[in-house]
Amino acid sequence: MKIPLFYVARNLWARRLTTALTAAGLALVVFVFATVLMLDEGLRNTLVTTGEYDNVVLIRRSADTEVQSSVERGQASIVSSHPSIALGADGQPLLSRETVVLISLNKRGSAKPSNVIIRGIGARGLALRPQVKLTAGRMFRPGASEIIAGASIARRFSGAGIGETLRFGQREWTVVGLFDAGNSGFDSEVWGDADQLMPAFRRVAYSAVVLRLADTSLFDGFKKDIEGDQRLTLDAKREQTFYADQSKALSTFISVLGLILSVIFSIGAMIGATITMYASVANRVGEIGTLRALGFQRRSILAAFLAESMLLAVVGGVLGLGCASLMRFISFSTTNFQSFSELAFGFRLTADIVVKTLVFSLAMGFIGGVLPALRAARMKIVDALRAA
Amino acid sequence: MYTLRLIVKNSLRHKLRTSLTILGLVVAIFAFGLLQTVIDAWYAGAEGASNTTLVTRNKTSLVFPLPLSYEARIRAVPGVTGVGYANWFQGTYKDPKNFFAQFAISGESYLEIYPDYLLPPDQRAAFLRDRKGALVGRKLADQFGFKVGDVIPLKGTIYPGDWELVVRGIFDGRQSTTNTATLFLHWDYVNESLKKTLPRRANQIGVYVVRIDEPENAAAISAAIDKEFSNSLAETLTETEKAFQLGFVSMSEAIVMAIRVVSFVVIVIIAAVMANTMAMSARERLGEYATLKALGFGPGFLTAMILGESLLLSLFGAALGIVILFPFAAFLGSVMGTMFPVFEVTRLTVLQQILAALAIGLVAAIAPTLRAARVNIVEGLRSIG
Repeated sequence: MKIPLFYVARNLWARRLTTALTAAGLALVVFVFATVLMLDEGLRNTLVTTGEYDNVVLIRRSADTEVQSSVERGQASIVSSHPSIALGADGQPLLSRETVVLISLNKRGSAKPSNVIIRGIGARGLALRPQVKLTAGRMFRPGASEIIAGASIARRFSGAGIGETLRFGQREWTVVGLFDAGNSGFDSEVWGDADQLMPAFRRVAYSAVVLRLADTSLFDGFKKDIEGDQRLTLDAKREQTFYADQSKALSTFISVLGLILSVIFSIGAMIGATITMYASVANRVGEIGTLRALGFQRRSILAAFLAESMLLAVVGGVLGLGCASLMRFISFSTTNFQSFSELAFGFRLTADIVVKTLVFSLAMGFIGGVLPALRAARMKIVDALRAA
Repeated sequence: MYTLRLIVKNSLRHKLRTSLTILGLVVAIFAFGLLQTVIDAWYAGAEGASNTTLVTRNKTSLVFPLPLSYEARIRAVPGVTGVGYANWFQGTYKDPKNFFAQFAISGESYLEIYPDYLLPPDQRAAFLRDRKGALVGRKLADQFGFKVGDVIPLKGTIYPGDWELVVRGIFDGRQSTTNTATLFLHWDYVNESLKKTLPRRANQIGVYVVRIDEPENAAAISAAIDKEFSNSLAETLTETEKAFQLGFVSMSEAIVMAIRVVSFVVIVIIAAVMANTMAMSARERLGEYATLKALGFGPGFLTAMILGESLLLSLFGAALGIVILFPFAAFLGSVMGTMFPVFEVTRLTVLQQILAALAIGLVAAIAPTLRAARVNIVEGLRSIG
């Protein structure tokens, strides 16, 4: 014979203050657990959407980032004649020679400096990134001291809004347009004409070459050709892999920190649940005796108390998840350790995270409730009735 | 005295619940201390920085170099007593995971500016003599087992090629907060190779470190240096070493903030658990409180008893938490190796832990105290525990 669920629920309601405190504790743990997962997911999503699967990035061998790399003009020309590269509508190869430099800009409000990537792109740089859309103003004109800024840069850095000017490389640069890169890493960049930026920063070599392959299956052959060519000292990577690698350190850091915090927190929360459930058992010794005398079996008692604990955890879990889902409206920005530049990303809630979080909270409820439930189930009818 | 005995007896009445509560407190106080220590480690570089040292870098950004020719002009600025320079090297030792800081330095002039690096004179001389020599910090040497005479192969990321360095000395820190997770090599060695392979990138300096006579003059001398190079191809930005280091910290400010918030959330959670426990004890003992009241004990006595029990539990838990923090921090510091050069529990952290425990104890006692004070003798006696 099973004990009905509403009996379990009513017990929780009967001790509202204790239930609320325990559920709040559980909710906080679930909140932290979920936000860390959401942050990591947001970071991964940002960097994966930054790269196109069919695009290839070429940087100097043994350089980890575009900023460290340099690609000589001659080498870039050799690459551009490779037959695997897709051709644009105008019959020219879809390839952009880019120059990437870091400059420090001051944040709006706090005037704190942070590193921002300035990317000089070639004529086809925009065509290679279909996710990048101009949202305001216009594209920079080739040959002019004009730049366009990513959405999150324009919002957070002074001088990066439309119509404003930035000074670097001994020149004034006017921001003529804003672009939205769909929450990808490009949102944290400023773009200009490579042929203008290179002389301004006195560069004679490009930082990277980005190109589109005519067909995705050509990648392995292309990589072999480039890396085997004696005249080139370049590495080829799929753009998506390239950007995912850029954040490996940050991503590892966030997940390790999150894991440690979740473990520590969940111990606290499980203790809270255990204390609550023990008290619940102690308060109802007589009741348990009566239930047993009525014919309810030990395993039904066990199930009832476990269900009570898990119901408590679900309340906490849903509450915590609800709060965590509000974090989606907040954007998080920090310096990416690897590229040494500012990167803005959001919290991202996926179905996978919802499931993981709920399972996590149920597990906490189960572990917290199992000992008290065992105690309740083990009671002898006579003793329990006498105690009442 | 009797009150104290009563408090101890009371807290031992429900042994399982008491030990669970204490365990929760241990975890909370321990976690709080650990997170504080992580934050401290973050700021350690800035804390250890001297205020008579200035750092001059390229105004556009740290990744842009400065010309070698600036050295003499900086030295000529009034108030400057020494100039050294360094480049961030960032070579890979065997595997990219073995990340540690490497600087190509100007030799004697650089070492003179940092008296906190303690080095036997013969090792110092040996390093200065050998162009391919390297100096290794104690912590780094311990982590990778480097000994004097060892050859360290590095694969350049910024400076292409394979570099073989010979360890000529191992330095210790004067203070426990001195960063000894660093490797120094000769800037000349790097520069000579660049002249052959990448002449365009030769004779360039990452940062100049400038020693000045009086700390009060730091602002004026910084301004004088920057004025010297204003409107040149490479404008400079000079700041104290402390400000320079804090600049690095502020880049990851969002993460530090998150850790800080979390460490307070831990306290809040455990306060909730603790309050819960106390509320339960009070509910069970309402009959006793009524009895005590009937015997003539005032609300003050009841308050002392409840508060005493709450504080006893929280402080006992905190003490355990603090005790286990020390060995764990030492262990974690050795595991993380060079990621955090300094990883130490500070006195302030311990003080904060104690204060947090007091706060938890006080907060947890509020609701039960009110309840006990308000209990009506007749009703209380009638209620069954």
